[in-house]
This record gives sequence, C-alpha cells and structure tokens, in this order.
Amino acid sequence: MTAKETILDAVRTALKRGPLDPAGMQALDAHRSAHTRPAFDEDLVERFVRKFESRAGTVSRVARLEDVPAEVEAHRARFDLPRRAAVGGALRTLTWPQDWTVHHAAAGIDEALSVTTCLCGIAEIGSLLLAGGPDNPTTHNFVPDDHVIVLPADRIVRHFEDAWALLRERESGMPRATNIVSGPSRTADVEQTVQLGAHGPRRVHVILITA
Amino acid sequence: MEMRSTEFKTRSVFAIHDGGLQTAMGMLRDGFVAKRTLQAAELPEFEQLREEAKNLKNHILDHLDHYLERYEASVTAAGGHVHWARDAAEAREIILGICRRVNAKVVTKGKSMVSEEIDLNEALIEHGMEVVETDLGEYIIQLADEPPSHIIAPAVHKTKDQVSDLFEEAHGGPRKTTVPDLVNEARQVLRDKYFRADVGITGGNYLVAETGSSVIVTNEGNGDLTQTLARVHIVTSGIERVVPRLEDVTLFLRLLARSATGQETETYTTLSTGPRRADDLDGPEEYHVVLVDNGRSKMLAGRFRDMLRCIRCGACMNHCPVYGSIGGHAYGWVYPGPMGSVLTPLIKGLDNAYDLPNACTLNGRCASVCPVKIPLPDLLRELRHMQHQQKITPAMQRHALSVWRFAATRPGLYHFGEKLAARMLSFAGRKKGRLRTVPMASAWTHSRDLPAPAGKTFLEQWQARRGGR
Repeated sequence: MTAKETILDAVRTALKRGPLDPAGMQALDAHRSAHTRPAFDEDLVERFVRKFESRAGTVSRVARLEDVPAEVEAHRARFDLPRRAAVGGALRTLTWPQDWTVHHAAAGIDEALSVTTCLCGIAEIGSLLLAGGPDNPTTHNFVPDDHVIVLPADRIVRHFEDAWALLRERESGMPRATNIVSGPSRTADVEQTVQLGAHGPRRVHVILITA
Repeated sequence: MEMRSTEFKTRSVFAIHDGGLQTAMGMLRDGFVAKRTLQAAELPEFEQLREEAKNLKNHILDHLDHYLERYEASVTAAGGHVHWARDAAEAREIILGICRRVNAKVVTKGKSMVSEEIDLNEALIEHGMEVVETDLGEYIIQLADEPPSHIIAPAVHKTKDQVSDLFEEAHGGPRKTTVPDLVNEARQVLRDKYFRADVGITGGNYLVAETGSSVIVTNEGNGDLTQTLARVHIVTSGIERVVPRLEDVTLFLRLLARSATGQETETYTTLSTGPRRADDLDGPEEYHVVLVDNGRSKMLAGRFRDMLRCIRCGACMNHCPVYGSIGGHAYGWVYPGPMGSVLTPLIKGLDNAYDLPNACTLNGRCASVCPVKIPLPDLLRELRHMQHQQKITPAMQRHALSVWRFAATRPGLYHFGEKLAARMLSFAGRKKGRLRTVPMASAWTHSRDLPAPAGKTFLEQWQARRGGR
C-alpha cells in the first residue's frame, strides 16, 4: 500500500466507514459551513484608513491615477530614497519622474522602493489583497524597504468574503501568490518589543485614489 | 529534536530558579494575555466565531479523507505535487529526496512546527546542507542551539543581552545592544540567505481544498521571502490542516491572530497556489506539499479527536499558570504547555512523557480561551486515566489512590478518618497554629507551613451550625 492509501485507510477506519459514494461527495462539495461576519456601520473608506494606520501603515489621498507619480516622489524625497523604483506593470503608462530609473522586473536584493497595484482593500480589518502575476511580481511586496500601494477608493470591500468573491471572478483564476498585507513588516521576537522592518518593508504607504 | 520529557521535574526546578526566564515569562503574561483579552472584547462576534470554528473543524475531521483528496487534486491541477508521509521518518526522506534531487546547498525555512516535529533540520544538516531558520525567534534559538520554548514565540525565554551575545558570536563585528539594531543586523544577514536559497521550506496553517492553496501567516514577512525567492518551495503540514473553502480560511483568520498574539490580524497572510507560471517574473519553479500523519489518524480514532481541532495559536500556553512558571523547555519536546501535554504523550508514547499530563492544576483557563474549544483539561485527565490503567503511574501512587478510593466509597469510614486527621493535626499545631512538617506531605511543606486545622471537620461544623438554627 502506498503512504496515501495507508493514511486514507487509517482515516476511514477511524471514522468507521468506507470511501464516500459520489452522492455523498457531491453533498460535501455543495456544503457551506456557517460563518458570522463581524458587523459594522462605519464608512468603508474611513474604517480601512483607521485600521490600516493603527498598524503603522500610512495613507495619502490623490484625486486621479495620474497624480500617483508625484505622490510617490514626495514619499521618496521624504525618506531620502534613491531615484529608482520597481513599478508594477499596470502602472507602466504613468509618467514617472525623468531622473528616475524605473523597471518592471522582479525586485532585486538592493531594491529600495516598489509601487504596486492591488486587487482590493478590505475594510473589516484595514488590509490590502494583492494578486501576484506578471504585472505584480510577489518580490515587489516583500523585498524593498518601502512599498507603495495604489488603491482606488471604490475598490475597498467590506469583508474578507467579498475579496474572495473578487478572486473567484478573475479570468486567470487563483493567482500563484495571493498576499494580504496589513502594514509594515514587524517582529516582537526580542523581549516582546515591537520593531518594524523585520524582513519585509519598513514602511507601507497607501495612495488612495478618491475620484 | 531529542526527546527529554522524562526530565520534566528536574528541568522545572531549574526553570523556576532561572531569573532571566522568570522575567521573560512575566513579559509574556503582560503581553499576549492582556492583548488577547482586549481583542476578544472588541469583537462582539468572538464567542460565536469560536463555536463556529469548533463546528467547522469537527465537520472537516468527519470528512477528512474527502477534503484531503479534493485538496490533492487541486494542488495537482495548479502544477504542484502532494506527498504523503505516514510518519516522521518518511516525511524526512521525502524532503531530503527533493533537496538532493535539486542539488540543494542552502535551505531557508519559515516557521514550521511540523518540521520541528519530524526533526528535519538535523537530517538536512547531516546531508551537508546549510539550513537557515528565518523567523527571527527561530533564528535566535538556532544560533543558541536550543529548541523553541513557545510555538509562536520560540525565543520568548531569551533576554536582549543573550541575543546580543549570540549575534556578536555568530556575525562578528561591533556588539549590538538595542532591539532595532539587533533586528536590523538579522535582516541584513538573512536577506543574503533568501536570495541564495535553493529550497525554501514553510509550514502550512491551512490547506484549501477548493483552490489547492497553502496558507501561511507571519508578521515578519520571512515566510514569504523564503517561499518566493528559493528555486523550490516545500510546504510541511499535518493532515488535519485542510479546510474546504476560502471562506473557511476567513473564519480561522478572524480567531488566530486575536487568540495568538492579541493582534487584530498578523501583518501578512499569503496563499500559495502551485509553482511559478509561464509568464511570472518570480516565484519558485517547483511547489511541493508534504502531508504528515505521524499519529494524527490514530488520534482521529480515539478519545483524543478533539485535539485535532488545534490551530496552533498558543493561547493555551499563554494562559497556563504552569507554563507561565516554568516556560516551554521543561516540557522536553516540540510542543509545550497544555496542547503539548496532550500531543506529546500521544505522538511520542504515554510512558515517555509521564509527567506532562500530571503537571496540570485542572484550572481550565486553557479551555476557556481555546479558539476551537478543545476541552484540554478533560483530555489531560483522560491521559492520566490511561497511565493509571496501563500501570505507568508509579505503584506507590496507584496504591495510595486505591486506599483513598476504598475509603471514599465508604462515607462512615471516610468521615471517621477525617475526624481523626483533623484532631491530630490540630493537636500537633496547637502552639503555633501552623505545622512546619506533615508526614507524607514533605514536598508540600518544604516551602510553606500548613495552617493547623480547627479541630473539627467541615461536616461537623456544618451540622452544628444547621442544628443551631
């Protein structure tokens, strides 16, 4: 017997039954367990911002997508970062500052700044869901010191469940990597003292497009 | 890791007299426990979610074979590979086989308790590979050559000074003494490892049958760098971690961080679905999942099925007065605290961990905070019962219990004995009102005096009072 057979056999013996018949399997595939969604009345955008900022994330607002490069430049200048950025493919048509080196490849070991899009924001806990792919390399989300995420205000959904629905709607199906990001990387492994910038970005900044 | 649960008593005594450890344990109580209380209070649905999570886990366990097969089919459809391991040795062999096939030299690891359970690091190192733990806590204890002392805060027993010493020795260079400097130094050292890694190994908090995704939850982002930058990603997970759908992941996510660290959410939750795709710019070329049984299907059969609901949050140990006094190392194996006291004897054998189920006051705090409502005190009592039946309990204790049972089932005899004892003890302590030593209770009176009883038993006093009404 293969290991798989042995284990499944042991499981079925423990459950005191044989393999399920097709009807039983169909019933299970259609089964939905009860889930309570946390209720709240707060405005979705307000809640998203409040929760995201509570974990040391930062948020700024611009009117249009075209305003994003100037906002990123302000962030870059504020933290004195090099004039170089890994920019998600979906943002390549924006006009980036002329003296910058902009690329759309995976992030390298010395990457200081990335600018990415996301699938949606989740108001419930103030997190962002990023769907990986050719336009959104996963390394952009974890390697740079600074991660800037562009989020249209109308892409903020209420609960996790709404984000899963958006994932299911994608033509390409489930991304290879689905990253839910809730703020800058942190650790409390030395004496339970919270320290930002453990392995991932030290700062995560959201540019909210309000128009 | 070497199994040292039989040394529980000795190690507990050392732990209680370890000043550094006691300071660290105090911080744990003030940190995780206080924050969890706050988070649970802030979410009105929290208790409802606990009940739903318990029911969902029970549903999954009742149909575990089905969901595992569905999960495997989904992983395969996404281009990944599922491997089944009956026990620790088989799991090691599978992972070693993959590592050797791809000629791995550097293996990075995200935090995985299953990998600790199967002694993976030792096996890889033995075969010449450089194994690097990337979770900061795990990295610290790897440098110290120690096992984790907590399932989510593995270096909770280490003070900042001890970390400074370890880093100075391992990294050379000027000694760092502040938390930011220490964290930054580890960040720089490990960054290089992520990019050089051939194989990245992570755990899997949840395995989603619907999509074939494995889910990890971290605050540091180390697990993501591990699984994104290595050429090959291997997930190690127990067979009980499968969930049917994405919505089911949500249910556990709403409970996990709040119960574990008292956070509303951890910083990163990542779903990995198969290897790098044709047009992807990054990600691993191979994606493997090793499903580990190692005693779990046996647990499913017996009285300990409830234990398989465990989502490894650590709330039980954070709230355990025994764990809080002695820390995790005294338990002598991978899983400490209440959940460890149940799991260790079940995985490693009842007689190899005799003391663990007995080192419990049955105060019930663990069960009251468990996000999936595992009746931990009941399971610990059940283990004691089995130890007694299998005559693993010391003969002296078993005989004493038999004597007690003989008396306790005969009320007249029992009350006579009580009266006798109460009067003798009262007489012995009549001068000072307390007793410095009591026969057969020297362990108890070693560090404190026994107040002398009133001379009459509770029942006698009760009857006298009732009669006086």
